[in-house]
Amino acid sequence: MQIYLPIAEVSVNVFLLFGLGGLVGVLSGMFGVGGGFLITPLLFFMGIPPAVAVATGANQIVASSVSAVLAHLKRRTVDLRMGTVLLCGGLVGAALGVYVFNLLKQVGQVDLLVRVCYVVFLGIIGSLMFVESLRALSRSKKGGPPKRRHHGWVHGLPFKMRFRTSGLYISAIPPLLVGLSVGVLSAIMGVGGGFIMVPAMIYLLGMPTKVVVGTSLFQIIFVTAFTTMLHAVTNYTVDILLALVLLIGGVIGAQFGTAFGTRLKAEQLRILLASLVLLVCGKLALDLFLTPSDLYELGGQ
Amino acid sequence: MMRLLLLLLAVFALPARAEEVVMGLSKDRVSITADFDGSEILIFGAVKREAEIRTDPPLEVIVTVSGPVSPVTVWRKARRFGIWVNTDAVEIDAAPSFYAVATSAPWPDVITEVEDLRHKVSVNRAIRSVGAPMNIVDSPSFTEALIRLRETRSLYQQRPVTVTFNESTLFDTRISMPANIVEGTYTVRVLLTRGGQVVSQYSSELEVGKVGLERWLYNLSRNQPPLYGLLSLVIAIAAGWGASAAFRALRSG
Repeated sequence: MQIYLPIAEVSVNVFLLFGLGGLVGVLSGMFGVGGGFLITPLLFFMGIPPAVAVATGANQIVASSVSAVLAHLKRRTVDLRMGTVLLCGGLVGAALGVYVFNLLKQVGQVDLLVRVCYVVFLGIIGSLMFVESLRALSRSKKGGPPKRRHHGWVHGLPFKMRFRTSGLYISAIPPLLVGLSVGVLSAIMGVGGGFIMVPAMIYLLGMPTKVVVGTSLFQIIFVTAFTTMLHAVTNYTVDILLALVLLIGGVIGAQFGTAFGTRLKAEQLRILLASLVLLVCGKLALDLFLTPSDLYELGGQ
Repeated sequence: MMRLLLLLLAVFALPARAEEVVMGLSKDRVSITADFDGSEILIFGAVKREAEIRTDPPLEVIVTVSGPVSPVTVWRKARRFGIWVNTDAVEIDAAPSFYAVATSAPWPDVITEVEDLRHKVSVNRAIRSVGAPMNIVDSPSFTEALIRLRETRSLYQQRPVTVTFNESTLFDTRISMPANIVEGTYTVRVLLTRGGQVVSQYSSELEVGKVGLERWLYNLSRNQPPLYGLLSLVIAIAAGWGASAAFRALRSG
């Protein structure tokens, strides 16, 4: 059964779309990620215009994050104060990102920018995660205690704030910068940025792992909502129908994913996620480096 | 005697007006609904004439369907720092978003180059490209690329010998439109040719437009973008909240 998307102006198979939403839902339930980094490139492969894929991807993440953050709020694993500081940076970053996005759209380089961003970030995060979880796996076999890390330079900065839930007393500058960069990425890549935010919070800000996911999701909701609005108002590229089909698939998939994820070990999960990230990255990288089948391309009307 | 001579003169002097083409469409509106998956239109018609049928040279029919015309930018990639980047661009001043041309005989038999140029019948002639930037020497290859890219998406169709033409009088053909067509007013033309010369033509309009939900969502997104953005957020938040609530309900019992 085909469905005609009113904004993307293409007709796609509704079951394929539904399956895509479901698949990403399973993954996000299993790994606790928004899944934006997978859904946006997969939409490119399906022939959805990149601008629509990015904007609709952002809208899709709002839904999955709301669903997940409610659970975290119940467990009190959301640092609202830290979330708000990250959010301030994030909103500025998102505005900046949409501005850059529109600028490059006019120059005809937006596809390239989005793809390069994906290859670079998925490549870095995927390799880091892979190496890290391999180490953790070998450590857990040896049975030695994990080493604690130090965060020297972060503590030397001015404008210190107390973050009670996280048990931190640090400068507001690093969280603002983290928020800002994730905001830019969210607008350009159509992702929530959880895959960058979570490592940054653990290793850069030194937040305890148990509050990291909830806090990151909390700020992602607002940043992606803001991004959706900006794309809807400036580019008219949010496709409600596309988002709706993906949502339904995603919501159902997430339930299966969560159930499946509890049966696997954390390190195994991380290795699986890392391989998946690297796989998507590899496919996108090939498209950039290999000679395209057609050197010519039509610009957006 | 004088009057008879004048009449004969009139008949021979105006052979072009002797044959006229009339045409009809199976529908004058293509509606893009939520389950739209392309559409097929039947174009049919007849030749109206007062004189005897002349078969040498034979009468031929060309049918064209043209979508709304707009400028298009064609980009060409080149390798820069190891990756493929859009480097050269040519702005094509006017290209139809959809163009199909069907004929009753192989292309060289139905129309001459000059007549093609005058009436803009073939795809190449329907596209107007005035000037390319100074640094681009091979601008025709950009026009070729446009035609090639749109042909692969069935937006441009060259269909020789697909018009059935009976007894030099009745003709019909089917043109299929893909799912990715744009909205607007499409022009359907029928040209009647003899020996490569256009002897009569007729044109009619076909409306292609979104209807129902598709129309409403599209209009909302263009006319009230803030409201549309909010609506998509409300749907997303409601779906997220609904999923979490449903999951809790399932777990608790």
